[in-house]
Amino acid sequence: MARRRDRLVLAALLTPVTLFLGVFFLVPLLTIAVFSFLTPGLYGGVEWAFYHWNYGRIFGWADGIMEVFEPVYLRILGRSLSFAAVTVLLCLILCYPVAFWVSRLPERWRLVFLFLITLPFFSSLIVRLYAWLLILKPSGLLNEMLLGIGLIGAPLEILYTPTAVVLGMVYVMIPFMFLPLFAAVDNLDRSLIEASYDLGATRFQTFRKVILPQTLPGIVGGSVIVFIPSVGNFIVPDVLGGAKGLMAGNLVEQQFLSARNWPFGAALSMLIMSVVLIVLVTFVTRLRPKEG
Amino acid sequence: MTGLLEIRGARRSFATPEGGRIAALDGVDLDVGANEFVTLLGPSGCGKTTLLRSISGFEALDAGVIRLDGRDIGALPPFRRPVNTVFQSYALFGHMSVARNVGYALEVGGVARAERERAVAEALDKVGLAGFGARRPSQLSGGQRQRVALARAIIGRPRILLLDEPLSALDRNLRQQMQLELKTLQHNLGIAFVFVTHDQEEALTMSDRIVVMRAGRIEQQGSPRDIFRHPRTRFVAEFIGETNLFDVTVDRIEGEVAIGRTAEGLELRLPGAGLTVGRRATAVLRPADFRLAEAGLPVTITRSVYLGQDLNLFAAPAPGGPEIRVTARDAADAPEVGARVHLAYDAAAVHLLEGA
Repeated sequence: MARRRDRLVLAALLTPVTLFLGVFFLVPLLTIAVFSFLTPGLYGGVEWAFYHWNYGRIFGWADGIMEVFEPVYLRILGRSLSFAAVTVLLCLILCYPVAFWVSRLPERWRLVFLFLITLPFFSSLIVRLYAWLLILKPSGLLNEMLLGIGLIGAPLEILYTPTAVVLGMVYVMIPFMFLPLFAAVDNLDRSLIEASYDLGATRFQTFRKVILPQTLPGIVGGSVIVFIPSVGNFIVPDVLGGAKGLMAGNLVEQQFLSARNWPFGAALSMLIMSVVLIVLVTFVTRLRPKEG
Repeated sequence: MTGLLEIRGARRSFATPEGGRIAALDGVDLDVGANEFVTLLGPSGCGKTTLLRSISGFEALDAGVIRLDGRDIGALPPFRRPVNTVFQSYALFGHMSVARNVGYALEVGGVARAERERAVAEALDKVGLAGFGARRPSQLSGGQRQRVALARAIIGRPRILLLDEPLSALDRNLRQQMQLELKTLQHNLGIAFVFVTHDQEEALTMSDRIVVMRAGRIEQQGSPRDIFRHPRTRFVAEFIGETNLFDVTVDRIEGEVAIGRTAEGLELRLPGAGLTVGRRATAVLRPADFRLAEAGLPVTITRSVYLGQDLNLFAAPAPGGPEIRVTARDAADAPEVGARVHLAYDAAAVHLLEGA
């Protein structure tokens, strides 16, 4: 009896989240998956006929008449992946030491800092990126300052370069890296560090053998949360990257909104998704702490 | 006894949240001999942990010297000091196996793998955990974790093993068992142990010498028996074991015995040597110093606490006055609450506090 009731309770508790995920996550995902194998309609939309050239255009088996193989799509995807990886790396390098510093602050200042880190969420991303545009442009704040103190003779061309895109991405993603890292670092048991010193380990050995493995869950978590949206981000390259800074996210956006080729956009989305999934699975399984 | 560790004039103060400073160590001198089991005993905040951490190197002293084997180690970082610690929380590395935890000191010390594995097996064997090497600390019970922490701390053969209330998280039976094992282990290893605790029973059971600390100073040090039987101050008398303290004024001398009178008019027989009429003193009588008898101090039993083999009796010489604690065997003729009985004691066994 009790067993049966437990099951009913479990079912009642699981139903809402299952329904929500089913309707708002699985259905759209399946729609995109199905669309990627349909024929593009002449004026947008789809025709319900199987069509594998969407993938042919990307991977090279296009017929060359209706659809043309363009290696540029894979190149753009590769660039997006490497930009995302650089973003993850830079966020990590910036946030890791700061997380340690913040975790040692007195309670009051810690709260202030955590509030500051989440402050950007209170304003629109577009507005903040345009602020960066004003800072980075040739007659912008940064160049004016550097020229003013005589560090450079001519304005730096940063805007509409890969540097600007990475800078913007890092800026957008820092809170997502910082919060999981901070949680891991703040949970780190200080007595473990003391035990390591006590047993004769130097500072470097302690970092490598105790601190790093103990905070690894935060590093992996932060990296995953930063990597996924970085690969598909199209707003940052749109505002700061200019015409040459096309990313995988921009490609998808163009296909759906400008070219109105939904099936091809869907195929690109599926490609990005599967590549991200493969990269993450490899990354997470490789980083499992090895036992010696 | 050869001097192994020498601490002279140790001082350390901390800032309080209110903006003041509090002295955790206020001029401490301590010697630890080779192969000695020394216990630092005191209430929380007395500075015992600060003293321990200044030996391990996690606290720097404001003033004073720490010498080990005659060498000043005050400036050495913790990882260069030949002492190891068993932490209160054990501080085992959760991401490593038990074997790697135990072998950590050798691993970071660059000892070859084969040699390391042999030493780990030996250390695990010493603490009764042979064959547990492959497990994770999370798969062990509290007592087993304690043993892993111990094995990890002794594997590097430290000159001194520091133990920071390592038994406080264990249940009573396990704690008593570990107390005996620790003492045996210390004897077999032949290294000095400095043990921190606030548990007087633990201190009495294991130590060669007890150092009672209070407010950053050493209040008294000596063998467990010495500390228990001859406390020098009221603080030590009250902190170590249950105690009856009587503030008396010497009323008259009757041969070998002096009669002291408390403010309530209770008369106590004291050892007369060195006492003069009119002198004030504090008499210490342990609950076990009293026995129920036909004649002696007339009292009324006000409360009786059953302890198993013994009874803890509270006896009042006068109604509503201060109570005397008495330990009696639990027997068929044990007095009930409300019974009028007499307490006898040996006047020569009464201990007087100095300078009271």
